[in-house]
Amino acid sequence: MTYEDALTAIAQKDPNFMVLTAENRGHMRTIPPKLGDRFIDVGIAEQTMIGMAAGLALRGRTPVCHALATFLTLRAFEFIRTDVGIPRLPVKLVGMVPGFLSDANGPTHQAIEDVAIMRGIPHMQVFCPADREELCAAMPAIVAERAPCYIRYLGNDPACEHKTPFDIGKAEVIAEGSDVTILTYGFLVREALKARAALEERGISTGLIHVRMPKPLDEAAVLKAAKQSRLLVTYEDHFLTGGLYSIVCELLVRSRTSVPVHPIALEERWFKPALLDDVLKFEKFTGEQVAIKIAGALNDNGNPE
Amino acid sequence: MSSIPVNPFAGKTGVAEMEALALRVREHIIRMSTGGGCFIGASLSCTDLMVYLYSKVLRLSPGDLQNPNRDYLLLSKGHDVPALYGALAELGYIPRERLAHHLKVTDQIYWHPNRFVPGIEFHSGSLGHLLSVAMGIATDIKLRGGQNRVFVILGDGECNEGSIWEGLLVASAKKLDNLVVVIDRNEFQANIRTEELIPLEPMEPKYQAFGCKVTRINGHDFSAMDAAFARLPVETGSPTVIIADTVRGKGLPSIEKRADRWFVNFTQNEVEQLLGELHGGKANLTSETLIVR
Repeated sequence: MTYEDALTAIAQKDPNFMVLTAENRGHMRTIPPKLGDRFIDVGIAEQTMIGMAAGLALRGRTPVCHALATFLTLRAFEFIRTDVGIPRLPVKLVGMVPGFLSDANGPTHQAIEDVAIMRGIPHMQVFCPADREELCAAMPAIVAERAPCYIRYLGNDPACEHKTPFDIGKAEVIAEGSDVTILTYGFLVREALKARAALEERGISTGLIHVRMPKPLDEAAVLKAAKQSRLLVTYEDHFLTGGLYSIVCELLVRSRTSVPVHPIALEERWFKPALLDDVLKFEKFTGEQVAIKIAGALNDNGNPE
Repeated sequence: MSSIPVNPFAGKTGVAEMEALALRVREHIIRMSTGGGCFIGASLSCTDLMVYLYSKVLRLSPGDLQNPNRDYLLLSKGHDVPALYGALAELGYIPRERLAHHLKVTDQIYWHPNRFVPGIEFHSGSLGHLLSVAMGIATDIKLRGGQNRVFVILGDGECNEGSIWEGLLVASAKKLDNLVVVIDRNEFQANIRTEELIPLEPMEPKYQAFGCKVTRINGHDFSAMDAAFARLPVETGSPTVIIADTVRGKGLPSIEKRADRWFVNFTQNEVEQLLGELHGGKANLTSETLIVR
């Protein structure tokens, strides 16, 4: 199923469902003829798109808005916060090429603070699918929620077989482990699976949790991992500030749970623009490179190995 | 399917009635300019527009606030909300007594509009937002084949915001002819005359160039408003822009057109003097003006 198929299927069932875009049509070329006047392209006008989405939602519509993740979350931030956030309208925001996926575009296009700023808006949900399959499977439930939601778009082939059906606020526990648990989301699930395999090969019991929704957080899953493992690793294509590392640490402090947390994120810097695979290698974010970092972190935290 | 609301005041309010109504709304505004104060200048400049729209133009009644066929009015500039509170109180949308709750923690009558006050469709305060929100409402109405109109009141200073021009560009492209943009042209930004800071004139050609049909009227002349609002849209397929030339602080000579009477917090004694001035007396104001809220 393509993303376009998923949107079309929802539109067929729900007459109030609408698709908006700020001239970002690459992933929805078949949508305009299928949705007719329920598809609106406002041009390169992210703020106007969000204001209009709020007005449409006031009239009972559920608009799904598309733009590049940086321009959506940054250019239109105040419109999202003020016109969608304050009245808590069910507007869905789909950010294209988030995180490393902006590859060679450069820092203007690097949405690596999007999770931090979107989760900062009261009642805003945040969904970071691992692949197209998960995105499409989740969209009906995301649209049915009467809350605003930010979605990190991902059109990639399946990262793995998803055995846990999507549920709002639930993480996908891919594996449990007694030595370390890797917490990640979105595109990096693919790499985290490789990291886990490499660590297991070295005899390190490695858990892996795909935090599909950084907000609302699956606190039970994170706390369970914190009790089972000697080390938690947060692994994200996001600034260190305000993303999964912050989210997990906030939970641990609030619940008085003591466990070392090793962050793998972009600390006070944007990443090197290049083609995606080269970005991963340059930034030392490939599964193999991350496995080495994690093994080192385990040693630092008293691994008997 | 609900029917189109009938404004209970339309057809019953002549110029004399509207002038009397506007006087009462101005009294409410003056009473809100103490005990914390309010943005009195902008409220007084758009009082006549507000009275006219609510008592003559809007297809709306206090019983139709959820009616999907109602006309919408959105206050984008926000600072002028005392004029809206006053109009809503005088026309039966909220009890008059509620205005005494201005700025009290026990109610929601504060310096900017919010939806907890019946009759207020959407909150504002950050300039340049409600044009696009109005466009979303207008789009949905068109998709559903509705006949209702969406009015949005902008400040002239607010037109410094890029989102206004972005919105007009899109509104024209989408042929939102059920959208009526009313600009309260009181010639002032917050602290300074618009023409001294970021000149807006000539105004009509700007909005025309963005694809709107533009009318310019005296925003304190009810007969002039009759002509401007009688036939909407002015042209099928185009958004309407009505530029209403107004006077900041209208009705109170001691604060009219004064840059330093933007946000004020008067003493009770000054309020009494201003109420007198509204009816032909002369006020002697000594309160320092609070600048920048």
